[in-house]
Amino acid sequence: MDSISALKELLYKIADDQLIIGHRNSEWNGLGPMLEEDIAFSSMAQDKMGQSEHIYNLLHQLGEADADTVAFTRNAPQFHCSQLVELPIGGYDFSIMRHFLFDSAEYIRFEGLKTSAYQPLAQVAKKFFGEIKYHTMHANTWLHQLGHGNEESNGKMQESLNYAWNYALGMFEPGPAEEVLIKENIFIGEAALREKWMAMVTPLLEKSNLVVPSPASWAPVYGGRIGEHTEYLQPLLKEMTEVYTIDPSADW
Amino acid sequence: MITAEYIREELKAVKDPEIPTISIVDLGIVTGIDVLEGNDIHVTLTPTFAGCPALRMMEDMVKEHLGSYPALGVITVATSFETTWTTDLISEEGHAAIKKHGLAPPMRNCANITMEILEATKCPYCDSEDTKMKSPFGPTLCRSLHYCNNCKQAFEGFKPV
Repeated sequence: MDSISALKELLYKIADDQLIIGHRNSEWNGLGPMLEEDIAFSSMAQDKMGQSEHIYNLLHQLGEADADTVAFTRNAPQFHCSQLVELPIGGYDFSIMRHFLFDSAEYIRFEGLKTSAYQPLAQVAKKFFGEIKYHTMHANTWLHQLGHGNEESNGKMQESLNYAWNYALGMFEPGPAEEVLIKENIFIGEAALREKWMAMVTPLLEKSNLVVPSPASWAPVYGGRIGEHTEYLQPLLKEMTEVYTIDPSADW
Repeated sequence: MITAEYIREELKAVKDPEIPTISIVDLGIVTGIDVLEGNDIHVTLTPTFAGCPALRMMEDMVKEHLGSYPALGVITVATSFETTWTTDLISEEGHAAIKKHGLAPPMRNCANITMEILEATKCPYCDSEDTKMKSPFGPTLCRSLHYCNNCKQAFEGFKPV
């Protein structure tokens, strides 16, 4: 694989993850268990969507269609997001658990990309990293709070962890682009990322009185990166693009 | 002769649409001013937050403001991430302007932001340090929510990034 194609593969999965989790976060708008949480998820949605737009702009510079076209005119099989981000928001326990697992991975991904040999990506990574720190801070606070709350809150968080875990491992789906990206110092690769992520999330889960599923049960849910998705993605896209498709040429 | 310094001074008239007491210069987002042939001006801005909806608006405001000077040629504005914006780029005047708007200015040198640091945000009304952070997310991407135990007042802070 040539380095431009490899780079596009990396950028698509990053941007698609952010766009879809951004949309899911926005679904808490007006429904949060308290006003501050409503605002927190809406703010994070705005951050994620803004970040995805900048990555789509990088793809545009590499010859892909413009950001709006890419974001709003593809169907599920053309998306490269992990299946973790497309799952419905569920209860607050699941949304917080996914937020924790996903944003820990984003934290590590962008921390590494700050020194990427591909300068335009390194520059946006530096910017995003400052924002993502607030996301992990939020996730870690609630993980700790709910893990230590009472038997019910701890039980719900554990159930959510058990359900989300294999989807979370699916974020690190290996792809054909990695060899080139690693060789050219653009990205450390999914296996290395997963190792760092594991070292980050394990102690935080344990400190929150939660048990990481035993390795014997690990079965990463792959497929998202190559366009295989759950039944939940297409309806999400339909809702997300509803206004755009009424008049794609409208000036906002 | 038109200089970059002159343009920078004139751009102090362009205010952040979300915090109208601070100029975009004091906010630290003007990262490049090029005076080109025929006094064409190229201004480079760096985004505060990636998802900030005011960015496009500020680009237009710069174009409009400089466009009103008969001595200047074509005005172009571009956004670039080459300089990473952090709250440390906000000037001292900028801090005063943020406070004037009723927001706690961001603490300096907060590259490694933690909850503990945010908890210590000083009240913009009475300067008390006896405050509590309610949420690291507020009504705009750059603000957090706090409460002052001394003057019993809820307030917002400009988040250090």
